[in-house]
Amino acid sequence: MSLLPWIPYVTFAGALLAYVAGSRSARAGRVVALLTALTGLGLALTAAAAFVPGRELQTLVNRAWIPELGIRYHLAVDGISLTLIVLTGVATTAAVLFSWTVSERVGEFFALFLGLIGGVYGVFLSADVFLFFVFYEIAIVPKYFLIALWGSTRREYGAMKLVLYSFAGSGLVLAGVLWTYGSGAAEGFSLGALTAAAARLSPVEGGVVFALVFFGFATLAGLFPLHTWAPTGHVAAPTGVSMLLAGVVMKLGAYGCLRVALPLFPDAFAAWQTTLGWLAVAGIVYAGLVALVQDDFKFVIGYSSVSHMGFVMLGLATGELEALGGAVLQMFSHGVIAGLLFAVVGRMVYERTHTRDLAELQALPLHRLIPGAAAIFVVAGLASMGLPGFSGFPSELTILVGAWRHHIPWALVAGLGVLVAGAFTIKVMQRAFFGQLRGPAESTQKEHAAEHAPMEPLTLPEKAGAALLIAATVIVGLKPDLLLDWIMPALQSPAFALTLTKGHP
Amino acid sequence: MTGDYGALGRALLPEGVLVATALVVILCDLVWGRGRGRESRVQASVLLGLLGLVAACVILWQEGVLGEVGSGALNLDFLAVAVRVGVVVLSGFSLLTLVGGNTRSQPAEYVALLLFATVGFLQMAAAQTLLLAFLGLELASLSLYVLAGYDRTRPESAEAALKYYLQGGVSAAVLLFGFSLLYGLTGSIGFREISLVLVSNPPGALGAVAVGMVLVAFGYKVAVAPFHLWAPDVYQGAPTSSAALIASASKLAGVALFWRLLWSGLGPTSGGVNLSSSGPGGWVLVVAVMAAASLLLGNLVALAQRNLRRLLAYSAIGHAGGLALGLLAAGEVGPGPLFYYAATYGLATVGIFGCIALTERETSCATLEDLAGLWRRSPLVAACLAVFVLSLAGIPPLAGFFGKFVVFAAALRIDGLGHPAGWVALLAIVMSMVSLYYYLIVLKQAWLVVPPTPPRRMAVPLVASLALVAAAAGLVVLGVFPSILLGLF
Amino acid sequence: MNELPLLSLLVALPWFGALLLWLWPKAPVRGLAFIFCASTLVLGVIAAAGFDPTRTGYQWTERHAWIPSLRIDYHLGLDGMSLLLVLLTGVVSPVALATVLRRLESPRLAALLFLLLQGAALGVFVALDFFPWFICWEFSLVPAFFLIKGWGGAGAGRAAYTFVVTTLAGSAGLLLAFAALYAATGTMNFVDLAQLQAEGRLPGLLTAVGAGVPTLAFVGALVGLAVKAPLFPLHTWMPATYAEAPPGVALFLTAVMSKMGVYGFFRILWVLFPADLRVHADLLLLLALGGAVLGAMAALRQTDVRRMLAYSSLNHVSYCLVALFAAAAGVKGHEVAVEAALSGALVQAFNHGLSASALFVCAAALESRAGGSREFARFGGVRAVAPVLAGMSGVALFSSLGLPGLNGFVGEFLIFRGVFGLAPWAAVVGTVGLLATALFLLTFWQRVFHGPPAGAAAGPFPDLDRGEIAVLLPLCVLMIVLGVAPGLITPWINPLVTGWAATLPMP
Repeated sequence: MSLLPWIPYVTFAGALLAYVAGSRSARAGRVVALLTALTGLGLALTAAAAFVPGRELQTLVNRAWIPELGIRYHLAVDGISLTLIVLTGVATTAAVLFSWTVSERVGEFFALFLGLIGGVYGVFLSADVFLFFVFYEIAIVPKYFLIALWGSTRREYGAMKLVLYSFAGSGLVLAGVLWTYGSGAAEGFSLGALTAAAARLSPVEGGVVFALVFFGFATLAGLFPLHTWAPTGHVAAPTGVSMLLAGVVMKLGAYGCLRVALPLFPDAFAAWQTTLGWLAVAGIVYAGLVALVQDDFKFVIGYSSVSHMGFVMLGLATGELEALGGAVLQMFSHGVIAGLLFAVVGRMVYERTHTRDLAELQALPLHRLIPGAAAIFVVAGLASMGLPGFSGFPSELTILVGAWRHHIPWALVAGLGVLVAGAFTIKVMQRAFFGQLRGPAESTQKEHAAEHAPMEPLTLPEKAGAALLIAATVIVGLKPDLLLDWIMPALQSPAFALTLTKGHP
Repeated sequence: MTGDYGALGRALLPEGVLVATALVVILCDLVWGRGRGRESRVQASVLLGLLGLVAACVILWQEGVLGEVGSGALNLDFLAVAVRVGVVVLSGFSLLTLVGGNTRSQPAEYVALLLFATVGFLQMAAAQTLLLAFLGLELASLSLYVLAGYDRTRPESAEAALKYYLQGGVSAAVLLFGFSLLYGLTGSIGFREISLVLVSNPPGALGAVAVGMVLVAFGYKVAVAPFHLWAPDVYQGAPTSSAALIASASKLAGVALFWRLLWSGLGPTSGGVNLSSSGPGGWVLVVAVMAAASLLLGNLVALAQRNLRRLLAYSAIGHAGGLALGLLAAGEVGPGPLFYYAATYGLATVGIFGCIALTERETSCATLEDLAGLWRRSPLVAACLAVFVLSLAGIPPLAGFFGKFVVFAAALRIDGLGHPAGWVALLAIVMSMVSLYYYLIVLKQAWLVVPPTPPRRMAVPLVASLALVAAAAGLVVLGVFPSILLGLF
Repeated sequence: MNELPLLSLLVALPWFGALLLWLWPKAPVRGLAFIFCASTLVLGVIAAAGFDPTRTGYQWTERHAWIPSLRIDYHLGLDGMSLLLVLLTGVVSPVALATVLRRLESPRLAALLFLLLQGAALGVFVALDFFPWFICWEFSLVPAFFLIKGWGGAGAGRAAYTFVVTTLAGSAGLLLAFAALYAATGTMNFVDLAQLQAEGRLPGLLTAVGAGVPTLAFVGALVGLAVKAPLFPLHTWMPATYAEAPPGVALFLTAVMSKMGVYGFFRILWVLFPADLRVHADLLLLLALGGAVLGAMAALRQTDVRRMLAYSSLNHVSYCLVALFAAAAGVKGHEVAVEAALSGALVQAFNHGLSASALFVCAAALESRAGGSREFARFGGVRAVAPVLAGMSGVALFSSLGLPGLNGFVGEFLIFRGVFGLAPWAAVVGTVGLLATALFLLTFWQRVFHGPPAGAAAGPFPDLDRGEIAVLLPLCVLMIVLGVAPGLITPWINPLVTGWAATLPMP
């Protein structure tokens, strides 16, 4: 447990080291990055093994930092943040493995990549809102360069859009936090101090400030209609970065909503709840429908991410205990599954076929050319559809339970979203991999396959990365208790007490 | 009285050292530099100038806070000392940009003028009477006019100097007029006395005119809209190190001067920290409007710039809005946030001009495209540029972020949105989102774009790289441990 | 209750076989697959032997905590209905596997997928907690999808997609329904929920969540199950799927997977939502009758053997549902009729599995001899050239149309006896369906098997080979034996049905 505070710094150090090593030899850069990612994962898992679930945030470090503003360097974990730290470890390791083929400016790539991750770790560990915000913004700028330099389709546009949205979101948060600090005369930026300050705001003020903070974070979480950066950004990004963006960076937003917006403004949250829930379900269905009609493989996955994050936001909007737990579980689940999907699309398929156009892919017998990728995508797709046995199922189930309890129409629309998710996943699976799987004439299929140049079989890093992610989703799917036992006590902390009760006037 | 003169002498020792250094530089160039190459003359002059600045800095450090000297003419309080150290450091960095930059004719005179300007800044930082304030201001301004027009090979430089001079002259005249009105109204030139009179004897319309005239000068000095018009041309035309000085040390000193003048001198006419108590009409409202206009204009116009220096100028106008906001907040929370913002802003700006100076040694560095492929030419310069630009953009953990944060927090702390400063702070947050766009455009050129012709590797003098790294490190350290500066107040 | 985790083994063995096939590339595929496929029959017989038909409630139960924070258990158990369907799966699976693997060059993947499908179906029949149940329910779609798409006909891709998406729509309904149940009760265990219902607390708890929740949950579950069974008009995915799927898979779909739907109707709707079922019984009965009658009519118009069989399937499964919905409207005093209808439904489910399997095997035999063509017009006078095929097809056909002495008669007789006592008008309408059934089956029989050899039969048309006979013969024997001695299976379900009938409300 005591080593947990070092995770961000180990990662930052790894970033510097990877830069140095990577500018000498690409291989060395990759190895350093992988070792850094594994160290992070190892530290996270060690901490997880020693973790005793409890209601309160367990302080790791707490010392004065900027006493003039009452800002403290306060790192702490509870079950929620630990879940996401483990997720970050898993997703980072996998993303490094799937970035193994990056060959241009390798040192810089991994330096920025790990810099981003260091910020993400920091956010999940912060218990002081200022510190939280510092790490949150550290994670923004590397994204621009990672996408604009190593990306594909309209990369500069995608990168700029993504970064400006992220920054705009963080600006809203900053405005809201400072407003609370100023108007409520807070003593500092700790969660407790800001909660006390927020309680001193007038109801109208509280409502506005809550909206600033919540929508600011929700921008990064991809809440409809603030989600438009997500598909373009994800598509433009290089594979490893798409995995991180969808896998952990979107979680930053959702985590911010849960950790900061909800506990600070229970009354305002209750007032906004209806709007938030409708936006969330609208996002689930809208993004799902858009995904259904995409012709670019990666856009399908990009929109699916938005749709799945809609479930997270729905879980938050219900303000029900189970659904909040489900939302955190869904954060983990989506982090792993989206990573896997992007890995298949970006690394396994695109780098071998050099196309993401579904019509072109349909004409290729991919299930024979790269059977491993097809199999992995099937697993990932099933997980993404929320099939029971994978991590998406318990989370969607608990979120639906919350929706039933809070507002029945949400449950119904979200159920429609589950269906749409199934439809577009099956459709894309069929078009991308099994377009030429048809009919009894096996021998002609073999001939057909032979017409195409043989493709490189899956490499070891690809297999390892996929195995890691699949293992994560299956283990959590079959035994969600592993995480729920951490998450549920944390949600019963006094910090969330008002949020949970205000849902029921 | 004699004891007082002793204290005054100690207080003015740094100024004395700098003036002496300036003379030594000129003399040395005349004697030693005759017949030598330009490069070595530049180096010698810069070295001497630096020595002088270091000496001044050491003296400032050792003297510490002296309090009021010269019968209250100068107030060497904490802020004054901090600002004086700050301007000396920033002048030092501006001077260092000469090493990397294009060598010019008559380097000794240039260095001497720069030192004279610094003397003016030092005065501005501590002045507590109208007279000394004006004196410092004009000493600095006159030196800066010349420095702006120093590059006789380029017509832009002359144009910049002329514009700067004409507008500066007008603003100086207006300020002087305002000062004379103040003197006439209050019968005193000391800030504190003026304040006392104004409290007991609220000024009428004439007082308002006087305050307005002071604000015009403030707007000019810090480049707050609508008195910002000189900035783009000067940034574009002036020699790089002059522009660096104008953008950094000059602003810091100006902010300090006007903070002292407006709050401790004209505080009673501020309209109060809380407007509702004394009704509208105070200068707080005016400054708030100016800040808002500056934020909007600077950041939005910067979006359209293709010339790097003009972009910096508009970004500076935007930041001037932030400084004006800090000035407002300083009435409530003291000058700490304002000083932090101004100092770190100056450091980042000087750093950028340093990068420009190094780049333009080999190719031109006017448009954004001229930065293309900088990461190939010199990764170090590109990396430092990234730190400076991101600091301006307000990305943690760099100092620029905390500067904005603390100023906005202070502004909102006054009375939430009950005070115009609160609204301006929200606007400033919005505008800093906008600003990221153009800052990223700069970095995009430096880090992403692969130039059509493979660029040559840039030669960077050791001193210059050390200076850049020092400035960048300063921004990181101050950003991570802002209490180093904030804790002083 | 028992040391041996028989039911876990039952489900796990086919999956284990699939795993083995995956990990052991050089495995003797057919042998290995058949061993694991047949394990179900063996274990099913063991379970039946150890099954005490006099006791109500579940036997061979296994219950372990799985996800305590969501109160989800690993809970398996067997009652008479489950046992019947497990045995059906045990009998049908080897037949289906043999049909799937027939003449396949590289059978490994197909065998692997089939074993996965089989295990999933078994899981549905023995799981007593929604979580494991739904895992199997959903997971069965995956191998089915790939089997249809990979080894089916020209339109298989589209058919597989429609099949899966339609079924997913149903699954979404089920998921919503159980989310609502969980929101109301905090459990998703079938047994616990049934207990709550028996105590009369379930409707109140559901209403506490929200006013419309009981109805919505009922509708969600209904849609989910109705798609699978299928209940008219949610059957639209079926004809294309059965026609395009490889014959062995179509066989399994109709024989076993449609029974998953029927099973769900009993296990979930009948037990948990009796009141709602009663309220909507007339409408549902009408739909089920629609399926029976219109299915038969539609079958009459088909010229494609498999599409005809698909509609025939709709027609037969609809009888089970007719019985169920008629019984749902029953009140105290109707015990005898209700018992007859419900036993009939279960027996019919079993028997339809057998006869439909046999019919699909025969259809496959015909197809393979006509170069893949399935049009009636391509056949004629098959009886003359292939008497064994004709004979076995005859048994299956006549079983299917309910000839006394064959097994199909027993179920239909019980159903009609029950329904006549409960809703005479429905019985009358249903009789029309019976007539139409007879008509289309006989038309088929006449056109394909009688007359002078024509079409494909005019060319070289070999009779059944040994493999086909080996597959068909046990089915035919079973059909005859169960027709003569239906008492072999009814004791298992009698206590169950009696128990259900005992819960009828007062009129």
